[in-house]
Amino acid sequence: MGWTLFILLVVLTVVHGNPTMTVRTGSGPTVGFDQHPNSVPLGEDIQTTTEVVEEVMTTGVLNPSHYPARRAATVVQHYLNTRYGSPYRWIFFSTVHSGSSEVGVEVEDQHTLGSVSGQCSAELFFPEGEGQSAPQVQASCEGLHQSNTTAQEEAFYQQHRASNNLVSGNNIPDSYGHVEPSMKPFWQLGGVASSFIMLRESNESTLYNMAQVANFTQLETEKDQLRFNYHVLLHEMISQEIIHWKLLVTWSPEQGVQVLQTELQPKCHHCEAPPNTTN
Amino acid sequence: MMMLGLGSVGLVLLSLAVQSGHGAQDSAVWSREETTERNYYTRYHNMSEITAWMEQMKRENPDVVSSMVYGQTYERRNITLLKIGLSSTGRKKAIWMDCGIHAREWIAPAFCQYFVREILRTYKTDTKVNEMMKNLDFYITPVLNVDGYIYSWHNESTRLWRKSRSPGTGGCTCYGTDLNRNFYANWGMVGVSTDCCFETYCGTKALSESEAWAVTDMLGKMREDILAFLTIHSYGQLILVPYGHPNISAPNYDELMEVGLGAAKAIKAVHGMDYTVGTSPDVLYANSGSSRDFARLIGIPLSFTFELRDKGEHGFELPEDQIQPTCEEAYAGAQHIITYTHDKAFYSYAATVRATLWTTLLAAWVSSATLP
Repeated sequence: MGWTLFILLVVLTVVHGNPTMTVRTGSGPTVGFDQHPNSVPLGEDIQTTTEVVEEVMTTGVLNPSHYPARRAATVVQHYLNTRYGSPYRWIFFSTVHSGSSEVGVEVEDQHTLGSVSGQCSAELFFPEGEGQSAPQVQASCEGLHQSNTTAQEEAFYQQHRASNNLVSGNNIPDSYGHVEPSMKPFWQLGGVASSFIMLRESNESTLYNMAQVANFTQLETEKDQLRFNYHVLLHEMISQEIIHWKLLVTWSPEQGVQVLQTELQPKCHHCEAPPNTTN
Repeated sequence: MMMLGLGSVGLVLLSLAVQSGHGAQDSAVWSREETTERNYYTRYHNMSEITAWMEQMKRENPDVVSSMVYGQTYERRNITLLKIGLSSTGRKKAIWMDCGIHAREWIAPAFCQYFVREILRTYKTDTKVNEMMKNLDFYITPVLNVDGYIYSWHNESTRLWRKSRSPGTGGCTCYGTDLNRNFYANWGMVGVSTDCCFETYCGTKALSESEAWAVTDMLGKMREDILAFLTIHSYGQLILVPYGHPNISAPNYDELMEVGLGAAKAIKAVHGMDYTVGTSPDVLYANSGSSRDFARLIGIPLSFTFELRDKGEHGFELPEDQIQPTCEEAYAGAQHIITYTHDKAFYSYAATVRATLWTTLLAAWVSSATLP
């Protein structure tokens, strides 16, 4: 079985809020739906991955402006969202810079308001061969310690945990790219939940982003977890396909985002016929 | 300022009413009608609005703007371009720009509108723009895939349509061909689907789509005059150079990269955004049958695809408050390419003459100075 190794030094931005980037030590977990994101306590030491850099030098340089770097960085982005994402923390990578003294890739974010940038180093394996499985990612981050989102998350959690006023929404963003301020945390939660699928489905020939939250419905709170049904549209760049997924998502500040069920929706071919009115 | 006849006022009001599902912007809909034209370019516009706008551009700038219908879509709609330039007696060189070949990429037609407005706004006072308007004609198609664009405005569930609207054939019941895989440029070889239900379906054969045929026909007629070809897309923040096939290199690859990197630098200077430059197989994915490749193949030396904002956060649904900054940076990038193209065509002869003259004078001075 062949393995493709990508070593990335990644600088990522957490947008839409001031996050605390928790830092992991130890070896990376396998990707799955039963892990506990956001369960890492704050303030742990950063583990450097210097032993990994030597490996990179034998495998060759990753050109930062070529597609493998962008696809790999996107996978790392999805991974980090599954680990650290929340309704108030949605991580994006932006630009890719080549490292100066080290063989590697530095991704530095240029994003706009309310964003914080930090540096991550990541190790990424795309398993090849039959029965393709999800990429394996290990990453550790530093420099994303800013005022944390705990207060916002807690307020949001308390506001929505009582089940007497269940929220729902659709078409986020709308056709004009607009997101109602009250819908923004649900949009971001949808993006983080989508990251679980996008990570699982990623390989060297894919580049996933969430195009839109088609709709979401809040369900009764269970075991102190907010619960939602989400219908999300993913955009896969290489095939240009829009892929529909339904997700059962839970979240709490303690447990983080978990995706309990996923269901691929078939493409609606009969939906494509011309409408009766054209303008 | 907009000077509308009564019929046009009715059309504008109707369009605004239809658009009033703008969420929080609902209350601003009616006041928008009275706002200055500057606010027009910070919103997305449906096809009837863009058509009305083209008429307005002609009406307000009759000396420099004319329009040309150069083809029909599958659903028999006109494909229209604006020809913009100071009139001259002789034949002029040209710059081609098209937007909206993919329906869901709404920021692209918005940019074409912005570009037109900007050169019309500045050509009288900006000496460089004036010079380029004198020496060049700009051929700008605000919406190439008219059927697809209209379909993407139909309702929220059609917003992410990409292709044309021609029906599938041979038992395939889905709709649409990817116009940017349908050109006669290594057609069908790589980065395409042969299933009409997929987004990169390249059609039953090259130029099966009337929209691709219309562009091919125009470029064929004008090929000796076109200096640069720009086709505008979203998203990804990229400037792509030919070719989409990984094994084929453009003969002037170095020049294309140099100019493209210069454009990316100009873009970054505006709002700090990074645009990556390279061939499609290098920076994005391999593909064939693109209009950019076709333009380069028939000899247009400078052929570029722009992929505008963003990098995936909003994707195709870029918020309206990003229209202006996106257009500003893309304009700087396009102007870099156009200025290079113009100066190469109109200055290189003069530059050579000047250099020769100075060399001759210098040699004469040196030889006279060294005479005993």
